[in-house]
Amino acid sequence: MLLTARRQDALFAQVARAFAALVLLLLAAIVIALGFAAWPALLKFGPGFFVSDVWNPVTKDFGALAPIYGTIATSTIALLIGVPVSFGIALYLTEMCPTALKRPLGTAVELLAAIPSIIYGMWGLFVFAPFFADHVEPFLTATFGNLWLIGPLFEGAPTGLGVLTAGIILAVMVIPFVAAVMRDVFEIVPSVLKESAYAVGCTTWEVVRNIVLPYTRIGVVGGIMLGLGRALGETMAVTFVIGNAYRIRASLLEPGNSIASALANEFNEAADPVHRGALVALGLVLFVLTMLVLAASRLLIARLARREGATT
Amino acid sequence: MQWNGAASGRYRRRLALSRFNLRMSLVTMALGMLFLFWILATLFANGIAAFSPALLTQMTPPPGSAGGLRNAIAGSALIVGTATLVSTPIGILAGIYLAEYGRDGWLARATRFVNDMLLSAPSIILGLFVYTVYVLQVGHFSGWAGSFALALIAIPVVVRTTENTLRLVPGTLREAAVALGAPMWKVIVKVTLKAARDGVITGVLLAVARMAGETAPLLFTALNNQFWSTDMNGPMANLPIVIFQFAMSPFDDWRTLAWAGALLITLAVLALNIVARAVFRQRAMR
Amino acid sequence: MRRITAGAALMMIAATTAPIGAHATDITGAGATFPFPIYAKWADAYRAKTGIGMNYQSIGSGGGIAQIKAKTIDFGASDMPLKPDELQSAGLVQFPAIVGGVVPIMNLGVVAPGALKLTGPVLADIYLGKIKRWNDKAIASINSGVALPDEPIAVVRRSDGSGTTFIWTDYLSKVSPEWKSKVGASTAVAWPEGVGGKGNEGVAAYVQRIKGAIGYVEYAYAKRNRMTYALVQNRDGQYPRPDASTFQAAAANADWKSAPGFYQILTDQPGRNAWPISGASFILMHKTQEKPQNAVEVLEFFDWAFHDGPRMAEDLDYVPLPDNLIALIEASWKSQIRNADGKAIWQSARD
Repeated sequence: MLLTARRQDALFAQVARAFAALVLLLLAAIVIALGFAAWPALLKFGPGFFVSDVWNPVTKDFGALAPIYGTIATSTIALLIGVPVSFGIALYLTEMCPTALKRPLGTAVELLAAIPSIIYGMWGLFVFAPFFADHVEPFLTATFGNLWLIGPLFEGAPTGLGVLTAGIILAVMVIPFVAAVMRDVFEIVPSVLKESAYAVGCTTWEVVRNIVLPYTRIGVVGGIMLGLGRALGETMAVTFVIGNAYRIRASLLEPGNSIASALANEFNEAADPVHRGALVALGLVLFVLTMLVLAASRLLIARLARREGATT
Repeated sequence: MQWNGAASGRYRRRLALSRFNLRMSLVTMALGMLFLFWILATLFANGIAAFSPALLTQMTPPPGSAGGLRNAIAGSALIVGTATLVSTPIGILAGIYLAEYGRDGWLARATRFVNDMLLSAPSIILGLFVYTVYVLQVGHFSGWAGSFALALIAIPVVVRTTENTLRLVPGTLREAAVALGAPMWKVIVKVTLKAARDGVITGVLLAVARMAGETAPLLFTALNNQFWSTDMNGPMANLPIVIFQFAMSPFDDWRTLAWAGALLITLAVLALNIVARAVFRQRAMR
Repeated sequence: MRRITAGAALMMIAATTAPIGAHATDITGAGATFPFPIYAKWADAYRAKTGIGMNYQSIGSGGGIAQIKAKTIDFGASDMPLKPDELQSAGLVQFPAIVGGVVPIMNLGVVAPGALKLTGPVLADIYLGKIKRWNDKAIASINSGVALPDEPIAVVRRSDGSGTTFIWTDYLSKVSPEWKSKVGASTAVAWPEGVGGKGNEGVAAYVQRIKGAIGYVEYAYAKRNRMTYALVQNRDGQYPRPDASTFQAAAANADWKSAPGFYQILTDQPGRNAWPISGASFILMHKTQEKPQNAVEVLEFFDWAFHDGPRMAEDLDYVPLPDNLIALIEASWKSQIRNADGKAIWQSARD
């Protein structure tokens, strides 16, 4: 052996470390390159860029507020729907599913991730939106439209396009990522822990809630982060059904715009440096948004961990 | 002590809650399958008309002529294949560092944070980055640029899932291996990674699935090619862009080809899924 | 078993990537989406004839302009012509390659295709949001025989930047001073009203979905999707039907000779038969060619397309250029495109 065990270890550790550093460098490079591209726009508009909802390519007046709102709204809906459904799917696959069906059903769920995002857009536009407009939206407007606080969320003509439709399609796209990861981490829980819980008389649900979930807490949050990443950055599917209007309206049934779909729509045609810069600046805003959500989630995890006496 | 368990009101409530939640999980599973079959049905209904051997043997046609998707299939296979070969080792090794070596060091914490940011970068931004630093510098579009952009999408996914599953492997497993005198790298590769194998493979498969369907990052990197080319150093045909162009056209034969292409991607990833799991499951049984 | 599956997978990959013989040097162009189908068709036929592959990709006019400026492609294509001073500063040569038309479409069940008449100012007011219902006086007064429903107008426009939008907004700017000052003309504008569909396909889909909707698409989409379109009044007061002859009439009447860089926008052209919302799509090349061989191949391709390609263009509902314009274009190639030594690279193959 040319390399002693210790040298093998050192080499392996260095290689692993180098690749981790590579990831760090990549992001730094991306942010710098984008910063350069966005500079003309940021210089021109200053901090007002982030609170203006005007988007005029002719007068070169751009503001990021409408796409930011749309991104946050659609991603929130996507997670609100997608995470519980994914959790249910993971729960089913690990606790209730007959063994013979586990692998096929698991593969079926992962298959949702294989469908090209453009197909989600096309399916959304040609199949789901009509269905949604004809059967679901009138129901929503009738039932919730007149309620006190959430009423304004459900007003508007049932076109089947808008923030809500985009959010639901995003939820479907997010499910395979979150569910697959949750399923994998649920399966890793040592059966010793679960069996001891059953032995003292816990129901299945209690085992999941009090043993499996806390044990896999980090993995679950990781899965949610994957899903959130997909929801925030999804370009094609959203752009087909969100209606692409640079407006902020209270109703979820109205069209809006998201950062990624604004980029997808306008980037190809934007020849002007200020227009391009504004679009790239939108992309940077997305990075900042992600940073804020990440920081918030880390605080949340730390607080949960402290309550349970663990050292993260 | 009186055993009155089944009749006790409190126990019945707990049992009811458990049953209810388990039933809801069945409902969510059904919901997920409903959407899957709905979309697959749409894919089949629209694309099956173009599903013939011609799909694999003929090139992308101009409107009004019959054709197939051969150049796009080959191009996508090359681009996604290269990107997978590049991103998988980087992702797994970085994930290993985060879970086994770095843990809470500054590099690990920074990388973890940064990785999650990369996860949600819009794919078009990553394509734009590759365009700026690579395509503009060499002066032409290429399959290599496309692979580079796709790898940037895949790496964060693989890193995240690898780290996740590695951290959940019980410490006792590692300790037992170390106690037997194995060097650290052997412990990681032969014990911990093997225990987390399913999760890591899921991560890689999810990343491949995502790469196979992404259009935006390829627009300014690989461009696309109407003709046959296996030259990775020039514009390269690929399925997602062809699907996008054809689906958005008014020509029926192009639109059917687009749906057929989408169906093809889905089936290919499904096949990859099955093959990969079969291959890695067998290895463990030896 | 494992080795068999791995081997089978490798063989499948090898089979799909096996080369089927050497290919000639490809030339690459990119840009406008409007002419993409016809360029693709021409490229395929040209390759069958000469073995040279002309790879054109529709990344959008802005993309085409940016890429040709960056010299990553051999020619760029743009639906919006560059102004002469911009051509000058970028060192580019511009010429039109194909003509088409933009057509207003609507979702008004009771009205037959081509039965509804609209004027430019009315269209502008609809898109400004000033005319809100279909049975508004302004529309009813020019459509005396048609029963217009009392429904709100749902405006549909493009979400993405595009040459089609440029042609549409340029026309509206020409016929409505209010539109010109409030919104203007460009490939992407700040629309006062409406939802945005992605691509012509998206607009067509939205219009088909939403009752009482109005939108605008390239002629090929309206024709192939059998959508209800409206007649639009042209400068001479006539209501021509949108088709190849009326688009070509608009192109023929334009004054190409006096326009440097062929900077002509074919909206609102004079002529009894001219369709008012027509447009040409342009090609951009560098004046001084660092790769003269590629440039010659590009010019030979377009020369072939102008002379041998018109039938294919008509099959796809595009309008080929009139002969006098082709002569002007090829003369400009000779006088403007030179190699690094200053020598003209285009010697006409037909002289």
